[in-house]
Amino acid sequence: MPLEWVSVLENLDPVLLARFQFAFTVSFHIVFPALSIGLASFLAVLEGLWLLTGAARYLRLFRIWVKAFALSFGMGVVSGIVLSYQFGTNWSVFSDKTGPIIGPLMSYEVLTAFFLEAGFLGIMLFGMNRVPKIVHFGSTLAVAVGSLISAFWILAANSWMHTPAGYEINAAGQFVPSDWLAIIFNPSFPYRLVHMVFAAYLATAFLVGAAGAYHLLRGSRGLEARTMFSMAMWMAVAVAPLQLVVGDLHGLNTFEHQPAKVAAMEGHFEAEMEGAPLILFGIPDMDAGEMRYALEIPKLGSLILTHELNGTVRGLESWPREDWPRVPIVFWSFRVMVGLGLLMIATAIVGLWLRRRGGLYDTPWFLRWCVAMGPSGFVAILAGWYVTEVGRQPYTVYGLLRTEDSISPVAAPAVATSLLAFVAVYLVVFGFGIWYLLKLMRAEPGGEADHKDEDGKASVKGIHLSGRGADA
Amino acid sequence: MMPDIVLVWGGILAFAVFAYVVLDGFDLGIGILVPFAHSDEEEETMIAAIAPVWDGNETWLVLGGGGLMAAFPLAYSVLLPALYAPLIAMLLALVFRGVAFEFRHRDPAHRRAWTWAFVLGSHVAAFTQGIALGTFVQGVEVADRAYAGGWFDWLTPFSVMTGAAVSVGYALLGACFLIMKTRGPLQERMFGMALILAVAVLLFIAAVSLWTPFLSPELSARWFSWPNIAWLSPVPLVVAAIAFGLFRSLAKGREGMPFVMAILLFFSCYAGIGVSVYPYVVPRTITLWAAAAPHESLAFMLVGTVILLPIILGYTAYAYWVFRGKVDLSQTYH
Repeated sequence: MPLEWVSVLENLDPVLLARFQFAFTVSFHIVFPALSIGLASFLAVLEGLWLLTGAARYLRLFRIWVKAFALSFGMGVVSGIVLSYQFGTNWSVFSDKTGPIIGPLMSYEVLTAFFLEAGFLGIMLFGMNRVPKIVHFGSTLAVAVGSLISAFWILAANSWMHTPAGYEINAAGQFVPSDWLAIIFNPSFPYRLVHMVFAAYLATAFLVGAAGAYHLLRGSRGLEARTMFSMAMWMAVAVAPLQLVVGDLHGLNTFEHQPAKVAAMEGHFEAEMEGAPLILFGIPDMDAGEMRYALEIPKLGSLILTHELNGTVRGLESWPREDWPRVPIVFWSFRVMVGLGLLMIATAIVGLWLRRRGGLYDTPWFLRWCVAMGPSGFVAILAGWYVTEVGRQPYTVYGLLRTEDSISPVAAPAVATSLLAFVAVYLVVFGFGIWYLLKLMRAEPGGEADHKDEDGKASVKGIHLSGRGADA
Repeated sequence: MMPDIVLVWGGILAFAVFAYVVLDGFDLGIGILVPFAHSDEEEETMIAAIAPVWDGNETWLVLGGGGLMAAFPLAYSVLLPALYAPLIAMLLALVFRGVAFEFRHRDPAHRRAWTWAFVLGSHVAAFTQGIALGTFVQGVEVADRAYAGGWFDWLTPFSVMTGAAVSVGYALLGACFLIMKTRGPLQERMFGMALILAVAVLLFIAAVSLWTPFLSPELSARWFSWPNIAWLSPVPLVVAAIAFGLFRSLAKGREGMPFVMAILLFFSCYAGIGVSVYPYVVPRTITLWAAAAPHESLAFMLVGTVILLPIILGYTAYAYWVFRGKVDLSQTYH
């Protein structure tokens, strides 16, 4: 290595590098568990419907999406193990100090969720002909429930970092537990859990819906494309508006416990404002401490946050500058998330209207729009993740442990090298992985066209449904 | 009398790590052996032997890592920075190995490439785990609740040798597992490989055993002082007896026994490492008790672990039972 390169590396800030490494690896990771949570539940529903109705299209959809699930799950596992060790490699002081609290939560995730998922995944993927149908269905359910249990524990741990509760600090400076229920059900946890699980379901629904819309546009004649599009749109109708409500409640909870984060989300700099506006867009200028070119609605900000037109809202200037998060990232990510959420609601409403008019499956502009909305849920998840995690800065444990005091005694060159390795490997591996997912979704879902009777039951030609022959 | 909860947690983690070593050991070993397949079908058979179970096997690694952070956070925060480079390499290798199971079936044009990702990922993961073992046994520098050594302290002749030893050991486990799961020419070849690998493993065991006491005066005192030497002296005899059992079962063409013997061989080595390490969790600097999380953390986890671990072992055993017998390549969802 040339000397200049070494000196460049040594002048880099290891804290920033370690943060970037965590952000990079967690950003790739979070997409896959979210998809796995959604797909596992989707698969359980498909298999349940197949057992209940005997309609072959459910089984065929199961067969298609179980491959996508296996891909997504595999990528989630390998990128998740990286994270569980990165706490130690890059954030060893954080691990030492929070280990007595975060560690047990993550251990419970392993014991109650990871083993359950992994243990029954094999039967779910390979066991169709080896176990009775009901055991197979039970395995699919176990995987689906496991993925939700996993969300429970990891979000309990994550929420505790935002709104720590139920702890004491011992002589060695470690956070030690004093009340486990208060730790698990810390103030932001219920909101974050519901918000995240809804987000996973919505993101998956829009992805599945996009695949259905794509095949409908291509003139797919089987019932599969219709079924997946219809199921996705029902999910969107059910969850997208609820997500707005949950998101709002989550925001109010954040306003109570992490007001500086909300100030960054809203772009409020002024220390104290009565009747604060809702800033729709603008360019936050942290150096000047003001919002440039703000497009705003008067008083609406106060109304949303305090439920009073002239309610008082704290702005960033009321905190020392060294306690500010990076405002532009939080401000813009928040707008991306909310904007996509509103588009999802609009899509759900239009879909419902088209369904009532009987044109859900053959309105080309809407189908095209739904294809375009395919990745929207995942973009929204990432944006929401940046809002909450960047908004937590400059702390790892909010208000108690600063990020710069959490890092391992690492030298910048070591972190920079591992960062480069992660970037190179992830781009190749997950680039291919995402391409394979798209390839699976592009494959024609139906075998031959089904004949549909009035109440939607399919009679299938050439598929032997009973018992073991179903796998043929 | 209540057993000491710190010791109980030491035992649980030791069990988790051993479960990982054996279970993912044969997975990684099979990855190492894949280049010895003579046809696409053989290659497919070898990988299919572990496809339904590898993920559960790897979960023990997460339990080991997460459990170490939870039960012995100080040890976690010292050991992981000390093993920075090998651990990052291991994690990236496991990424390649893990995704290859799926990717090989999604992309005929790059199937060869992903098979090689599987093989090399297995090699690197096995070797770096061996390096981690060697580094652990030889000890790391600690000051003020943190790792105080350099970035390449882990790289010593001893750790390179343990890296090679673990790779060869995993390959032995993999060969013995394949003897159970395959038939015909592939199985015959695995009998032959297992024989060669068993000899190599014994040589490595001898080398590591002779070398370890010389890593530090304290280690040699531990093994060679009276009365330790008296109750430790049967250890080589036990290893010899297991080795004899292994060779005999291979020679007789037994299908299940070689795998059992290979596990016993691993267990005896593992116990030997335990003798060298106990009561430290970071050898010769931090004891289990000094690193342990507070009682409230350990107790909270213990309740769940005592209930959940038997259940986990139960359904894991069921999953293995579902996929018992020889590999059947027609049973696939691809």
